[in-house]
Amino acid sequence: MASEQVKVIGAWASPFVMRPRVALNLKSIPYEFLEETFGSKSELLLKSNPVQKKIPVLLHGDKPVCESSIIVEYIDETWSTSGPSLLPSTPYDRAIARFWASYLDEKWFRSLRSILKAEGEEEKKAAIAQVEEENSFIEKAFIDCSKGKAFFNGEHIGYLDIAFGSFLGWLRATELLSGHKLVDEAKTPSLSKWAEQFCNDPAVKPVMPDTAKLAEFAKKIFAKPPA
Amino acid sequence: MAERSEEVKLLGMWASPFSRRVEIALTLKGVPYEFSEQDIANKSPLLLQSNPVHKMIPVLLHNGKPISESLVILEYIDDTWQNNPILPQDPYHRAMARFWARFVDEQIYVTAMKVVGKVGEERDVAVEATRDLLKLLEKELVGKNFLGGERLGFVDIVATLVAFWLMRTEEVVGVKVVPVEMFPEIHRWVENLLDVDVIKKCIPPEDEHLNYIKARMDSLKLKSVQ
Repeated sequence: MASEQVKVIGAWASPFVMRPRVALNLKSIPYEFLEETFGSKSELLLKSNPVQKKIPVLLHGDKPVCESSIIVEYIDETWSTSGPSLLPSTPYDRAIARFWASYLDEKWFRSLRSILKAEGEEEKKAAIAQVEEENSFIEKAFIDCSKGKAFFNGEHIGYLDIAFGSFLGWLRATELLSGHKLVDEAKTPSLSKWAEQFCNDPAVKPVMPDTAKLAEFAKKIFAKPPA
Repeated sequence: MAERSEEVKLLGMWASPFSRRVEIALTLKGVPYEFSEQDIANKSPLLLQSNPVHKMIPVLLHNGKPISESLVILEYIDDTWQNNPILPQDPYHRAMARFWARFVDEQIYVTAMKVVGKVGEERDVAVEATRDLLKLLEKELVGKNFLGGERLGFVDIVATLVAFWLMRTEEVVGVKVVPVEMFPEIHRWVENLLDVDVIKKCIPPEDEHLNYIKARMDSLKLKSVQ
């Protein structure tokens, strides 16, 4: 069952797509990456995720699994004997990891995008302040979760590292475009160190999008239509 | 599963579907707990301290350690007390259950809120959108007693939001959002739910609940007029 063919339907720029890819890499599971064209949805995508028509979709054999964090848990549970566990070992630590992953998706990423969508300096400043406040919560969460080790998950990259780490490309692109550092040694020392270690990991490097390329892409999709 | 001296406390709100679903899970597993009714308009220090990020209920306190976000709490309960499992064992079915639970909370709930919150044409649009989403749930129920299959499961517990909140607002809003002709499976499923003791015990009493919904709607209307 676990040996059936694995495919990931996604796109290079999507932080959500990065998550299952990092997870599969950590578990040393080979997979085929099916890249969607920006602006259109393939038949396979529409067939595999008819409810939301969104990427990523993991295809395991002929079974589709949707929603990036659900896919990561699926990967961890299916290939439980390959490599270290992605979810923490105690129910409480798992709950904390899931809580923060949910926070990142529901609040943090939206706040980050508000910086790019901001119209005028005032709005931009407010958006930046919002993200910085949220980053301070995450910095504290890192200290609590990591318990002195390199990653949220302890010694090894795990679910919450993947959840936040997959946003680092967009974080850096936003810093580049806004001219303002959000995660650095001064403001978020622990996260800054963690980010470097995460990005250098061999499971992450091949799928982390290039900051400059993402910034160009972001400019395109957030371009204001002519008045 | 060793017996421990457990202290389980739930900071909740009697009319909240998110709070009630936690009660359903705890009751299903026979976990004794202390319920602490929270005043949302006047948040207690304990609530603010236990959930500083969102300042929302429900919050489960297990031996003093807080867990927030209802879906996270449900998984924690299932992880901690392994009798009467809520989530399936198999990874694929677990993924499907998680998917549908999110669908209920992130799509059905958000859209259904607009049915209550809007009026006129905007409300009609919201009703149509809600029905489109419910059709997917309807499809899932074909040939099954519950969304979880033979027995009540994770998705059923989460979807009590549809059965006992969305469907109860119909009376107050005066719109049949979920007519039986369009959604025979959903209606059959609600009947099945009402046959389960734990559900009967844990959902808000109907009359009080309807009065509460009506009062909230009236206050929302007042707000939109001001």
